[in-house]
Amino acid sequence: MNDDPILRVCTKIIVGPIILFGLYVQFHGDYGPGGGFQAGVIVAAGFILHSLIFGLKEGRKLISEKLNLFIMILGVILYGGVGLVSIYYNTEYLNYSILAHDSKHGQHIGILLIEFGVGLTVAGVMLILFHLFSSWKGEDK
Amino acid sequence: MVEFLINGFLIFLLAIIAVVAIRSIKIFSTVMLAGAYSLICAIIFVSLDAVDVAFTEAAVGAGLSTVLYIAAMRHLPKREKVVNDNTIFALIVCFGVGCLLIWASFDLPVIGDPMAPIHQHVGPYYISNTKADMGIPNLVTGVLASYRGYDTLGETVVIFTAGLGVLLLLGDGKNRDKNE
Repeated sequence: MNDDPILRVCTKIIVGPIILFGLYVQFHGDYGPGGGFQAGVIVAAGFILHSLIFGLKEGRKLISEKLNLFIMILGVILYGGVGLVSIYYNTEYLNYSILAHDSKHGQHIGILLIEFGVGLTVAGVMLILFHLFSSWKGEDK
Repeated sequence: MVEFLINGFLIFLLAIIAVVAIRSIKIFSTVMLAGAYSLICAIIFVSLDAVDVAFTEAAVGAGLSTVLYIAAMRHLPKREKVVNDNTIFALIVCFGVGCLLIWASFDLPVIGDPMAPIHQHVGPYYISNTKADMGIPNLVTGVLASYRGYDTLGETVVIFTAGLGVLLLLGDGKNRDKNE
C-alpha cells in the first residue's frame, strides 16, 4: 500500500494499457512475437502493479481468490478440452485440423484456443504466487 | 562488425552486473541487479533474432521474478551474512569449469550456420510447412502450439502444478495477512 499521489495516479493511468497490451500479445501471437505465456505474464503484471500500489485487499476486490483459482484451472481444462474435441471427431489428440471445415482454418482456431488456455493459466498462477508471497506473515512469530 | 561490438558490450555489461551482484551484501541491490541482468539477457536475445525468447525473458526474468523476490525479501534480513570460507578452492573449480566450457565452445558451429546439425533435423520441415499447414507467419507459435502441442500442454500443467504447490505451502490461512 502506497500513499504517494504520483504513484497512485500513474498506476491508475497505466494499468489499463498494460492489460490491453497483454490482450494484444495474446491474440496476435500467431502474427508477431508473443503468445499465451508472455500475455499471461503481462496481464498478471498489470494486476500486480495495481495490488502493489493500492494494497492486496483492493487487488482481491478485483479478482477474488476463488476467481483466481478458477481462471488457473480453466486454462488447463480449455487446453486439454480442445484435445478431447479432436478425439471426439476421430483424430489424434490435439489435432486442430478438424475444428473447422478447412484444415488451415481449424489449425488457426485451435492455436488461438490453446494459447488462450496457456494465457489464463499463466496469468492466474502468477497472480496467485504474488498474493501468496506478499500475504505470508512468516513462520509463527 | 557493429554486431560484434554490440554483443561484446552487452556481454561485458553482463559480466560486470554478475560480479557486482555477487559482491554486494545488500539483498535489495542484489535483487535489482538480477533484474538488470535479465534485461540485458533479453537485449542479447533480440540481437540473436530470438524475439519470442527475449519477450519472455523481459517479462518473466526482469519483471515478475523481481517483484516476487521483493515480496519474498520482507522475510529476510536486509544484509547478507559475510562468509569467509575457503574461496581459493571454489575459484580453482570455477576457473577449471570455465576453461572446459570455452574449450568445448570451439566445437560449436558458427552462429547462423545453415549447415549446423540443429538446422538439419526437423527445422527445415517446420520452416517450409508452417505457412501451408496453418497459414500463420510466426513459426515459433506454429511449432509451440501445433507441431509440439503436447509439450506445451505439459508446460502449462507444470506451471499450474507450481502454483498449486505454493498454494499448498503458503495458502493455509493461518500465517496469512490479507489486510496489507
